[in-house]
Amino acid sequence: MQYMLLLYSDPSGWEAMSPGQQEAAMGQYYAYTKMLIDADVMRGGEQLARPDAATTITVQSGARRIQDGPFIESKESLGGYYLIEAPDLDAALGWAEKCPGAHHGHVEVRPIIVTR
Amino acid sequence: VSEAGETAERVARAAYGRLVALLAARSRDVIAAEDALADAFAQALARWPDVGVPANPEGWLLTVARNRLTDGHRRAVRAPVSAVAPEELPDMALPDRDPDAIPDERLKLLFACAHPAIDAGIHTPLMLQCVLGLEAREIARAFLVAPDAMAQRLVRAKRKIRDAGIPFVLPGREDMAPRLEAVLEAIYGAAALDWPGGASSAGGLGGEALYLAETVAALLPGEPEAAGLAALIAHSEARGAARLVAGRFVPLPEQDPESWDRLLIDRAEAWLARAATMGRPGRFQIEAAIQSAHAARLLTGRVDAEAVALLHEGLWRIAPTHGAAVARAVAIGETRGAEAGLVALDATVGDQQRFQPALVARGHLLRRLGRREEAAAALTAALALTVEPEIREFLRGRIVQVAEGLPEDLPTPPGRLC
Repeated sequence: MQYMLLLYSDPSGWEAMSPGQQEAAMGQYYAYTKMLIDADVMRGGEQLARPDAATTITVQSGARRIQDGPFIESKESLGGYYLIEAPDLDAALGWAEKCPGAHHGHVEVRPIIVTR
Repeated sequence: VSEAGETAERVARAAYGRLVALLAARSRDVIAAEDALADAFAQALARWPDVGVPANPEGWLLTVARNRLTDGHRRAVRAPVSAVAPEELPDMALPDRDPDAIPDERLKLLFACAHPAIDAGIHTPLMLQCVLGLEAREIARAFLVAPDAMAQRLVRAKRKIRDAGIPFVLPGREDMAPRLEAVLEAIYGAAALDWPGGASSAGGLGGEALYLAETVAALLPGEPEAAGLAALIAHSEARGAARLVAGRFVPLPEQDPESWDRLLIDRAEAWLARAATMGRPGRFQIEAAIQSAHAARLLTGRVDAEAVALLHEGLWRIAPTHGAAVARAVAIGETRGAEAGLVALDATVGDQQRFQPALVARGHLLRRLGRREEAAAALTAALALTVEPEIREFLRGRIVQVAEGLPEDLPTPPGRLC
């Protein structure tokens, strides 16, 4: 199966860090990504720009409505994701547990629906 | 009901969980497994009366259900469920006649049902349905919820197992303790639902809980808490009939030991003895030991109050729940006097006005101190929080006795599973 690890955290925590701390945090993510690649489970993943860079659009009765900001405003927001291959939820949770995001925020583990 | 029908029903009850576990193990699709099994049972009821019961009914059902599962997608589109050609059904005389030859995967199913990714509130209903084949409306009745709501929650949980990829595996050594605790907790939940009626009360699930607990204890012979839970529930079930006499709740100290089920008590003692050999005490073992101390009244005519108080102290230390604190306070009241019991109650249980067992214990201790008005007030507050009609009846009687200053030494139920 494939699982999406959705990394939620409070972006202000990142901004409060010194450049050295930020570098160390990035190092943790690089190491984690390398671990996923070495184990051949990494299928994708990116870091997202901060939530105020988001724009939300909906089209209702043909009219498009554009709104500044993310769809859901909350203290912890989606900051990035990994797409991984895992045989079952326990294995996926095992990878999610090692993700640095689980240690300074929350990681939501969502299965991908396979369409043939 | 015909002999074939009876056999099908007996096999259904004994084998339901084993067959669901096997059928769902790879796909994790409990819903499809249950549907396929229901078809297989329908086939059995239709065919066995004509051709006789197969030598290995479980194997027959498994084969039919498996064929149904593998054909599932194709068949779902073009044919109704009942239209199976006779030649597609398995040979009546399967070579494999030993039911034990079918591997028992129920434990894996139980662990899937109590997986932390599934809402803890649905663990117990899920087990009752997937492992024992209970219908949603039976479970709903025991949980006092609407049947539709229960059915919906069960379907949602089963979809979660399938869609999230919750595996049918035994937890590794590292995860075993917390995962087993969730399984045992869910089984304990089924047993607690049954109170006060035991197997004799309508909608009671004590028998089912005992079956699940003994299944886990037998399949995990190295886990003392599993044996402890089996002992605890067997003790509780042994008193089912004594606990409820003519629709009225009878607290443990007032029960007639002669109306306890001796065979179940022996079974409970055997589980507890087995647990004790492993030298790793735990919450369920201590609760079972408390029940065992009370059951000793059958043989010795008395209860060792000091031993009971010591066990309650131990239980409260390792599992400091409000329920354990109340039971401990009552036990202290028995050994060191009602005043000491009341002090212990106040020191360990806050917000007693909203906790029924605390109010019952309070009423009991106050009455023993001769503070009748306060005792009646506590019992009246307890009555307002009680839903079970048998217990309401009991409390009403107690309130009258307290008001009239009648017999001084009435005992009180020490804990929920008594």
